[in-house]
Amino acid sequence: MNKQLFNSSKEIRQDKLGRLLVYSALTVVLVLALAMLYFIFSKGIATFTQNHINFWDFLTRSNWNTDNLQKPDLGAWALMVTSAETTLLAVLVTTPLALVIAIYIVVMSPKIGGRIVQPLTELLLGIPSVVYGFVGLTLLIPFLRNWAGGTGFGVLAASLVLALMILPTITSLAVEALNGVPQSYQTFAYSLGCTKWQVIVHVLLKISAPNLLVAVIFGVARAFGEALAVQMVIGNTVQLPLGLFTPAATLTSKLTTDMGNTIDDTLASNALWSLALLLLVMSLIFNLLAKLVLRRSQSRESISR
Amino acid sequence: MANKQQQTEITTRHVNVYYGAKQALFDVNLAFPKYQLTALIGPSGCGKSTFLRCLNRGNDLLGHTRVSGEFQFEGRDIYDQAVNVMQLRSQVGMVYQQPTPFPFSIFDNVSFSQRMSGEKNPHKLAAIVEKSLRQAAIWDEVKDNLQQSALALSGGQQQRVCLASVLAANPKVILLDEPTSALDPVATAKVEETLQQLKANYTIIMVTHNMQQASRISDQVAFFLDGKLIEFNATKKIFLHPQEQMTSDYLNGKFG
Repeated sequence: MNKQLFNSSKEIRQDKLGRLLVYSALTVVLVLALAMLYFIFSKGIATFTQNHINFWDFLTRSNWNTDNLQKPDLGAWALMVTSAETTLLAVLVTTPLALVIAIYIVVMSPKIGGRIVQPLTELLLGIPSVVYGFVGLTLLIPFLRNWAGGTGFGVLAASLVLALMILPTITSLAVEALNGVPQSYQTFAYSLGCTKWQVIVHVLLKISAPNLLVAVIFGVARAFGEALAVQMVIGNTVQLPLGLFTPAATLTSKLTTDMGNTIDDTLASNALWSLALLLLVMSLIFNLLAKLVLRRSQSRESISR
Repeated sequence: MANKQQQTEITTRHVNVYYGAKQALFDVNLAFPKYQLTALIGPSGCGKSTFLRCLNRGNDLLGHTRVSGEFQFEGRDIYDQAVNVMQLRSQVGMVYQQPTPFPFSIFDNVSFSQRMSGEKNPHKLAAIVEKSLRQAAIWDEVKDNLQQSALALSGGQQQRVCLASVLAANPKVILLDEPTSALDPVATAKVEETLQQLKANYTIIMVTHNMQQASRISDQVAFFLDGKLIEFNATKKIFLHPQEQMTSDYLNGKFG
């Protein structure tokens, strides 16, 4: 009988060990993610199941009063609006700027752009958010105070800090998107008599549009989820942000402001978990949106193969 | 017709091209007769594609390339400061080795150059698209699917759509850089047939690696070697009685 045929070898044991490692790592990640989802979800709905806050009220009312336990008046509407407003403003300010920088890096001057501008924007990506908040606090707030009066804290300050923070995110993703357009399209467009401007607008931007949209969505997600820097400059008052200089609070800034000041399993604590749940749902939506856009553009491209 | 053939469309004198410190072309003198098909042949790296790119100032886009010499196109030097390079490129169109249609619909591809030069009238655009696709001999294959993505076509069809895009720009000269080397024999035959027909109205200059192709469809052949023009003559003469030993060696497959 051929004995070797049934002998285990070092290579086979190595192979099994490798597989074991991969699957155990995978299990850990899966369990962690599921546990996180379960934890946030179960804690998040306690506000409605244990404290009997009306879910609809929670979504539509704008007061945040957790002290009066007999008649709590609790609503995240103002927080959601402020989150949306600061995010929207930040993206509106940043997107054109990021696009211009990306076009400069990819088309206008790949040399200077690639060696100086791109590393600089990537450097911005690595700065901790507390530093952005601090810069906003010490430079931006006094400037806004002198320029517009009031305290300087508010929606505009938060939006500008966020705009600066998501600039590198959108820029680097936009650079990737533009670089993803094959050079042959540009060459062909030039040889058909296009100017540089036409090549940029009608070829580069048009072809990379879905990926640029994804870049913006990731910028939105980052701005929406940023807590610390926003909390440092927004003024932290739960109210509907009627003006650019109104102090307000976002979902995230409310969480960071209050999380140290509540006791477990009280309404105040559960309400914060509900905010966390809202944030989780929002970020899931942003991710799904990005995936959807990408899948659509990929299915369009895959026709070619 | 006899009169037509005596005219030259593009004349080049003392063309030297440098990529940085490396010289790619040495003193090339060539005259391309109007309404004829000239094939540029030679081994890889001999400078024939470089020369072709000079003719629509495609080398301008590559950076650190230096071109010297004279390029007369209809009596004007195309490297003159005052030349509108965009106009030049639409009059001297270029088809590349790999089909490069944009990931747009067939209609948007072919109408691209006209739309870029400001044509908005949908009827005019439709007419130009149809005419160009007919000239490129692909109208019958795509006429019912003009809104379909050009990327969904086969390689040979894509190449003819690219040719149609170039034709839609109203060129006088068509440059082709190994247009059939990425295509199968059937698609190659179709492109060759199309080029034969286009010769009546356009001056065609084509780089090819395929000797049979050069002998089948060209009127003149220019043989390049190591950046120098070795021989330029009527196709029959080149293939039957080459004047230079190197030409005959190359055509007989002794190197290349």
